[in-house]
Amino acid sequence: MFKYFPHTDEDLQVMLDKVGVKSLDDLYADIPEHIRFRKNYDIPQSASEIEVRQMFEMLGSKNHQLTCFAGMGVYDHYTPAVIPSLLQRSEFLTSYTPYQAEISQGTLHYIFEYQSMMAELTGMDISNASMYDGTTAAAEAMMMAVAAGKKANKVLVTGASNPLTYQVLKTYALHQGIELEELSVKDGCTSLDDVKERLAQGGVAGVIVQQPNVYGIVEDFTGFADACHEQKALFIMDCVAADLAVLKTPGEWGADIAVGDGQSLGIPMAFGGPYVGYMCCTEKLIRKMPGRIVGKTFDNRGQRAFVLTLQAREQHIRRQKATSNICSNQSLMALHVTMYMALMGQQGLREAAELSYGGAHYLCDELVKTGRFHLAYDKPFFNEFYVTYDGDADTLYQRFVEAGILGGIRFADGFLFAVTEKRTKEEIDNLVKIAAL
Amino acid sequence: MNSQLYGKLIFELSKEGRRGYSLPRNTYAHQTAELPAELCRQEKAQLPECDEMTVVRHYTNLSQNNFGVDNGFYPLGSCTMKYNPKINEEMAALPQFQNLHPLQPKGTVTGTEGVMMLLSKLLCELTGLSYFTFKPYAGAHGELTGLMVIDNYHRAKGDLQRKKVVVPDSAHGTNPASAAVCGLEIIEVKSKADGTVDLADLERLVEQEGPNIAAMMMTNPNTLGLFERQIPEITKLIHDCGGLMYYDGANLNPMLGACRPGDMGFDVMHINLHKTFSTPHGGGGPGSGPVGVREGLQEFFPFVSPYNGNFSVMMRALAYILTLGGEHVKEVGPLATLNANYIKESLKDVYELPIEGLCKHEFVFDGLKDKSTGVTTMDVAKRLLDYGYHAPTIYFPLLFHESLMIEPTENESLDTIDGFIAVMRRIAEEAKTDPELVKTAPHSTPIGRVDDVLAAKHPVTTYRQLLADKS
Repeated sequence: MFKYFPHTDEDLQVMLDKVGVKSLDDLYADIPEHIRFRKNYDIPQSASEIEVRQMFEMLGSKNHQLTCFAGMGVYDHYTPAVIPSLLQRSEFLTSYTPYQAEISQGTLHYIFEYQSMMAELTGMDISNASMYDGTTAAAEAMMMAVAAGKKANKVLVTGASNPLTYQVLKTYALHQGIELEELSVKDGCTSLDDVKERLAQGGVAGVIVQQPNVYGIVEDFTGFADACHEQKALFIMDCVAADLAVLKTPGEWGADIAVGDGQSLGIPMAFGGPYVGYMCCTEKLIRKMPGRIVGKTFDNRGQRAFVLTLQAREQHIRRQKATSNICSNQSLMALHVTMYMALMGQQGLREAAELSYGGAHYLCDELVKTGRFHLAYDKPFFNEFYVTYDGDADTLYQRFVEAGILGGIRFADGFLFAVTEKRTKEEIDNLVKIAAL
Repeated sequence: MNSQLYGKLIFELSKEGRRGYSLPRNTYAHQTAELPAELCRQEKAQLPECDEMTVVRHYTNLSQNNFGVDNGFYPLGSCTMKYNPKINEEMAALPQFQNLHPLQPKGTVTGTEGVMMLLSKLLCELTGLSYFTFKPYAGAHGELTGLMVIDNYHRAKGDLQRKKVVVPDSAHGTNPASAAVCGLEIIEVKSKADGTVDLADLERLVEQEGPNIAAMMMTNPNTLGLFERQIPEITKLIHDCGGLMYYDGANLNPMLGACRPGDMGFDVMHINLHKTFSTPHGGGGPGSGPVGVREGLQEFFPFVSPYNGNFSVMMRALAYILTLGGEHVKEVGPLATLNANYIKESLKDVYELPIEGLCKHEFVFDGLKDKSTGVTTMDVAKRLLDYGYHAPTIYFPLLFHESLMIEPTENESLDTIDGFIAVMRRIAEEAKTDPELVKTAPHSTPIGRVDDVLAAKHPVTTYRQLLADKS
């Protein structure tokens, strides 16, 4: 037999007899013959473990391992060794949604910790148990605003948002019949005047901004929350999680919903996923929030325990009345960022943020010194920035790759560069050297 | 289990000044103090401060209060809790894939393209469809993506009125929720007494609503584990009225080696890689829900996520299929189906089997046969925990009052299954001799039954709220 199948011939016979059929094929006697699959799959023969390994190593060797200065929503932060090791604990890894609380306290307990930490980081009252990623979390926030807004059906999103997020929002909005409008950008920042003007036209359920925005700029959102609330619209902030160790929180800006990607909290880039989306909101909105939520309670022995709660909000209960269909989320990745925050604490998050900030500003200074790069906007930035380049940017980008560097993201008239605590000064100097050629 | 440590939250193990990290020395001149104060947070985040070993022990102890497939039999219906092979984990963790930025330029990520092309080709072969997108992050996300494909298709044809989706009344709650998020409306088709779609009712719906029907969504086998043998007639009805057929891949496992959705007449489907293709469920994710379509529909794939979905999950699925190979992948369905039928036949004298006949990978009991004891499906499920088994899916599908949905996968041995059967019989016996014992179960788990009502009535969902809560 095959290593994943325990059935011996003798077992098979015992079982077939019990079921009252002669062969495994008879188990499918109810399928009309003309739709049965009778051929052999055109799939290679079973590979041994050694061969599987060789195959993946061969494929892996075709990928270029580049020193990463790219960001735009995905950052090359460091993953402490503790995390991958614990994440492989199979009691976590091979369990499912914690519906049976009595044998799922491990999962329920860490989700409660995750919710607590995300609420702290964002300065919001509450958090759900996770979303897929930052872009779909933003889409869920958009739908949540429309559902909360009764008749209002318009959502405004900053023109300074990540174009990939915008595209996901557009997809969801199209099918939901939500009117999505882009806010104008002045000097690299979302225009408050435009926000006010459009809010005044009425029918707006929510306003979505991004921090730092697509140019890496840390925007000043003074007046945004008030403007939204005056017109009964929700103020939604999409933030890079790790940066909130230092930056003013959505809670402090007066946001109603905070969403974003938790990838910056030490999750490997892994060519796009899995990551973890987060969604936090004010207490007032708890019953409008999509996804799972874990709450504290007691068991019948009087012990503190944790349990999935407020399930009446969820898709499997609301069925066609649901305003979100999220079911499986990214639980294991929520554990990832929970352990990250447990190890780092607020001090560690700050120190990693300082290194990222310091490195990015050093890189920016050095690039500008070459005389060929110009910081596009004279605005505060964090660990990512947009510079224009006076040469052929595509050629330079290719030259970076040839030198083993992912030289940021080719963006508009130049580059978006991001730096994390993983980058050394030598690596930065090396990039600048190539850029100055 | 270290119960001393267990009860505490990581916040309660924190002591100011402790550290669990180390970082390179900071020699940069620039500091965040340069940022205008009004752009910086005023209040510190109250995060725990712990040394590294405290963190390791805490989460190790937490894990021991969990039950996974590696711990024991996990017959959770409709979830396909199969073995998650270890080699897949190692392959997914290869640094040559883990360290890639998703926006790295073409030509530097040829290996990842190889993974996606190969997996796509294998999934096409296994399903009989022609193209796959890997953007959806989970099964429900796949459903939404597939419905968007269908909606886009009708819009492109100018069929703007096609906004209704036919769903069997036995469908999982996610189907109607996905339709609603896609801006579509559900119409329910009834089931017959034998649990399959009532063709006469479907004919009536098609007659009334034909020009408005965008699609019909189905699992096959359905939620009761029964193969919808009238599927050729069903697909013909829907196709003839201009609708498309959507296959919910939640129940794909028993079809491996037996029947392909494309051959049944389906046009669009999603696959739960975390069910049929053995990627770990991770306590509720990450999953992966690739969507496959028939030739001609690939241009309607929507942009539902920015990159390549949960890429590492796809690596695991690929490793799984390559390990099984063509010859063993076709044994998956028959063995899973045999296991399910064997359990059903071994227990139907003590548990109520509402629908006789062959099932596929799963089946549903309507509680204990003897209803006089007052022992419910909930009680049986909780008592199973005492005996070291995960509970089946309970109170779903909604067609019966006491649904108990059992799905053993192909990985379970006769010994394991016989052990489970013996315990299920013993519980049925206990229900008669000592019903209180069952009604108050579980007794041997780290915690007893929890107060759901308190949790919902008085939500405490963060540590900050917990500190403020004096109740």
